[in-house]
Amino acid sequence: MQIHDNPALKAEARNLNFYYGEAKALKNINMPIYDKKVTALIGPSGCGKSTYLRSFNRMHDLYPGNRYEGEIRFFPDNTNLLSPEVDPIEVRMRVGMVFQKPNPFPKSIYENVAYGLRVRGENNKRVLDDKVEHALKGGAIWDEVKDRLQDLASNLSGGQQQRLCIARALATDPELLLFDEPTSALDPIATAAIEELVHELKKRVTILIVTHNMQQAARVSDYTAYMFLGEMIEFGKTDEIFIKPQDKRTEDYITGRMG
Amino acid sequence: MNESQHLSSQFDEDLSGLRTHVLQMGGMVETQISAAIEAYSSGEVSSVKHIVETDRKVNDLEKAIDDDCAHLIARRQPAASDLRLVFGITKIVTDLERAGDEAKKIAKGVRRIYEAGQMPSQYGIGVRHIAEAALGMLRHALDSFARLDPQLAEEVIRADADVDTEFKSIMRQLITHMMEDPRTITTSIDIIWIARAVERIGDHAKNIAEHVVFIVEGRDIRHQDKESKA
Repeated sequence: MQIHDNPALKAEARNLNFYYGEAKALKNINMPIYDKKVTALIGPSGCGKSTYLRSFNRMHDLYPGNRYEGEIRFFPDNTNLLSPEVDPIEVRMRVGMVFQKPNPFPKSIYENVAYGLRVRGENNKRVLDDKVEHALKGGAIWDEVKDRLQDLASNLSGGQQQRLCIARALATDPELLLFDEPTSALDPIATAAIEELVHELKKRVTILIVTHNMQQAARVSDYTAYMFLGEMIEFGKTDEIFIKPQDKRTEDYITGRMG
Repeated sequence: MNESQHLSSQFDEDLSGLRTHVLQMGGMVETQISAAIEAYSSGEVSSVKHIVETDRKVNDLEKAIDDDCAHLIARRQPAASDLRLVFGITKIVTDLERAGDEAKKIAKGVRRIYEAGQMPSQYGIGVRHIAEAALGMLRHALDSFARLDPQLAEEVIRADADVDTEFKSIMRQLITHMMEDPRTITTSIDIIWIARAVERIGDHAKNIAEHVVFIVEGRDIRHQDKESKA
């Protein structure tokens, strides 16, 4: 499908294949990720959307037998994120990730956010204080935790923990944020808070979000990609995908017709 | 348009129930219009009361269908073709209800004419002809909805131009009559109102056909000039 007046590219998958050992999980994916936009990945379980998402911060490198083919180009410097010469730690500084279940470290609220900065070698207390505050504000949780930064993160509610994880991901000033079903463990109010936050965040970062909730994809994203059996079936503006998808398989999925 | 089944059979039933109600309502409006045309030709003003009563049922059905649509949206969050169907239906019922109102206007005009005296027979033919054409448009528009047939819908849209042209020629004819014989002015004005109502029925049929094209193909073809529509 042709899309006009496209914004700048933040990243682009080019002929991307991915293998878990022998099993081919991604099949020749080509897809743009537009700068400072929210792109939603939808599709049934096992379609490869999480696998695709995780390729962006080289998470698959953690397990032996996994293999990439093709490229994910990252702009403006046109780095291939998948290149063996590119350090995955560097990639993860630029590409943050928020998971399905909030997974704060068993540390204080402050240390959760400061951790990534310390890994990066930042030890100046004033710089850390400043960046932690900034990140917690970015995660829309500062007002709730500013008086108890030394409390254990695990004492926060689920929705707060998830926003803390977003703040933690923001601390290193990433250019791309990956969300893997970030609200599936949250109630509607906490979900609305995260969605509102996503809307705020896209002013400064590009967002790629995997969601099983179609209405969520429709609400938060500018672009939507439908994946099925490891293939990218359709990519387009969210408004068009949800009113008039071009591919029958997309239509069947979003209207709940697929068995 | 997607005709395969949803995972939720209840959703399928809700949608097919909605479609059935629209067709029921369409059937009622069709009957109203053909009864009004019949009364116009025959002078059987006793049916006018019945037409007016049917209009009340049509109004109730419009409200009930809109209500069902609102519930369906709230409960199912329809997307893509389902969304277009529900959205299209809420528009179709508005046009149907208005077409029903026009039938009521025709019926009341007929009653006025016959109660005041006789229909001058030479006036009748043009209006009857255009009325049959408008009724045919509505029938085809409803068929195109029932079968989700965009080709048929496009035919309805094209037919509207003929009805419009014929309406103008009836107007000219009646103006001539009125100038020739001022005693016919009262009746002529009533006939103009009737012809106008008929022409509006054609417009509503055309609107319905446009909604059908949107439902099936996702194209909004309203308010286009004729060249770009073809």
